[in-house]
Amino acid sequence: MQKRAYFKANWLAYLFIAPQLLIIFVFFYWPASQAMYWAFTLEQPFGGGNQWVGLDNFRAVFSDETYWASIWRSIVFAALSTGLAMSMALVLALFADRQLRGYRFFRVGMIWPYAIAAPAAALAFRFLFNPQSGVFAYLNTLSPGLWNPALSGVDAMTAIIITQAWKQVSYSFIFFLAGLQSIPRSLIEAGSMDGARVMRRMLDLQLPLLAPTIFFLLVINMTDSFTDSFGIVDILTEGGPARATELMVYKIYVDGFQGLDYSGAAAQSLVLMALVILMTFFQFRFIERRVHYT
Amino acid sequence: MADIDIRKVEKFYGKNQVVHGVDLNIQDGEFIVILGPSGCGKSTLLRMIAGLEEISNGEISIENTVVNQLEPRERGCAMVFQNYALYPHMTVAQNIGYALKVGGMRKAERMQKVEATAKSLGLDQLLDRKPAQLSGGQRQRVAMGRAIVREPKVFLFDEPLSNLDAKLRVQMRLEIRRLHRTLKATSVFVTHDQVEAMSLADRLVVMNAGRIEQVGTPEEVYHAPASIYVGGFIGSPAMNFLPCGVSDCGTFAVIDNTSFRLPVDPEIGRTIAGQSVIVGLRPEDLKIAPEANDPNLLTVAFDFSEEQGSGRLMHGRLAGRDFVLHSAGRHHPAPGAPCSLAIGAESVHLFDPTTEKRITVAGAKTGQTGTLPAAFQKTSDVTVSGAIQ
Repeated sequence: MQKRAYFKANWLAYLFIAPQLLIIFVFFYWPASQAMYWAFTLEQPFGGGNQWVGLDNFRAVFSDETYWASIWRSIVFAALSTGLAMSMALVLALFADRQLRGYRFFRVGMIWPYAIAAPAAALAFRFLFNPQSGVFAYLNTLSPGLWNPALSGVDAMTAIIITQAWKQVSYSFIFFLAGLQSIPRSLIEAGSMDGARVMRRMLDLQLPLLAPTIFFLLVINMTDSFTDSFGIVDILTEGGPARATELMVYKIYVDGFQGLDYSGAAAQSLVLMALVILMTFFQFRFIERRVHYT
Repeated sequence: MADIDIRKVEKFYGKNQVVHGVDLNIQDGEFIVILGPSGCGKSTLLRMIAGLEEISNGEISIENTVVNQLEPRERGCAMVFQNYALYPHMTVAQNIGYALKVGGMRKAERMQKVEATAKSLGLDQLLDRKPAQLSGGQRQRVAMGRAIVREPKVFLFDEPLSNLDAKLRVQMRLEIRRLHRTLKATSVFVTHDQVEAMSLADRLVVMNAGRIEQVGTPEEVYHAPASIYVGGFIGSPAMNFLPCGVSDCGTFAVIDNTSFRLPVDPEIGRTIAGQSVIVGLRPEDLKIAPEANDPNLLTVAFDFSEEQGSGRLMHGRLAGRDFVLHSAGRHHPAPGAPCSLAIGAESVHLFDPTTEKRITVAGAKTGQTGTLPAAFQKTSDVTVSGAIQ
């Protein structure tokens, strides 16, 4: 018979979980309920006394062309930054897994970027991307004005995609490396006995066996680039030039805290939440089928 | 002719040496079993032949081509791994055909070969299954099929049967033997299981701590172990070892601290008269003598026994050491009663106490040095004059 330690007084148990519950309530449920409240009501022009307006806020949001543009931008941003981050992380992990010289250092070094807060990373990239003095300024020596994220929307988008990808690389790298190392060594050896070279083994053996990891990272990275890119956009481009980098999450901030349209912003954040939920659902529904779990 | 020549091969992991100068010549079509305890370097040696481990020093050549710098795929070897190492995301057919696919064989031809191989292994009903849907024995067969389908020059087996249950292991052992008879490819099989080793090997290589202790046919290794180590490792239960002194006339040896005498082949005994030796006695070579009167006959009282079905293992103590005897048949001595044992000179194995090597005389009956291949002589080349000071 197993003996379990338990507390006779329930109040002690509640006391122990109270801090955690408090944090969840204050930072999750309460703001979420506020967003719901604001999304379905409208405040009077001079404050106070919210009025129930049903779906009016959502109608307003969806009839706004700039909002649809921000959805489209967010999708492009999510797809490209996730693709870039995951492919770079995979290449780095494959090299680290091959135990080439110095892999011990890189294995640890590659993880550091993940510890850097998005605004800090964005600040660093602001210097790199500076069209006059940054590293990217060298592009302008090829052709004047080739690179200028302050003027060109495409350049600005490129800049935030690169920054987001850079920040996400380390996270994906950890999981890819762990995934690669969990493939039994003898499988790779069997592959090389069967005559497959490095690239062939990568394509035929390692990638298919990494499928669960790839799928997991796809979901995480996509979600992250929809919801967690605010810091990068705010420091690097502030949504400009001419809204070219105004992602959904950044538009919520602009409309809410600069335009002071709390209700519209609240409706947008509900839409964003629904979009992320929907996307995750589709990923599980259609992509996971193709994943082979061993 | 796919013979393998291993010359002075060493393996270091950092400063740690795991294989110490191994010399071995494997002839074309031979079935070689490398036997040893875990950590003796046997798998490392096999993996160096396969090309999965770098060779630190020395040379390995296959078909007279030095393969030290060749990639595994260029060496013409196929390997069966201990855990089978099947590709979990591929079907049985894809697993077997992968090497051919990589080799660029066209699909129709490939499928034909895969089917033929699968059929010969009784896998033709399972071609569309994934490894996870197979039993242990079936996975083992797929692993074999993957090796066979390539028609390699050399088969390498890395303890392929150790994950199977006892019954299946015996069955697969037979199948491997049968397969070798039809394919006639040079095979190197690594195992720590002596029964497996004895039953499969054309020649047996016994390894210990990174060195070859003995190379020989299973009979040679069993009947003339080259060292105390081999004597103790081969045979179950293990050989009894007793420190003795050889009499001045060289016809018998007296067990230390007792008056018991053991007969010694006079031809060998002559050369080591008056020396101390270690005598090895196989539990199954000892017979219980009908009468227990002679004070010189080895007499032991057995205090407990283990029933084996085919006989009984009797355990006792002699000269302060544990002593085991295999009593065949159905009539066994009663516990506690002293039994005298009849021992022939041919079952008395003599070892040098300092070098722990077998004491032989060239051409003598028990020492088969003269009839053994060259590689064997190298490790068992202990002549009396050189070994005994």
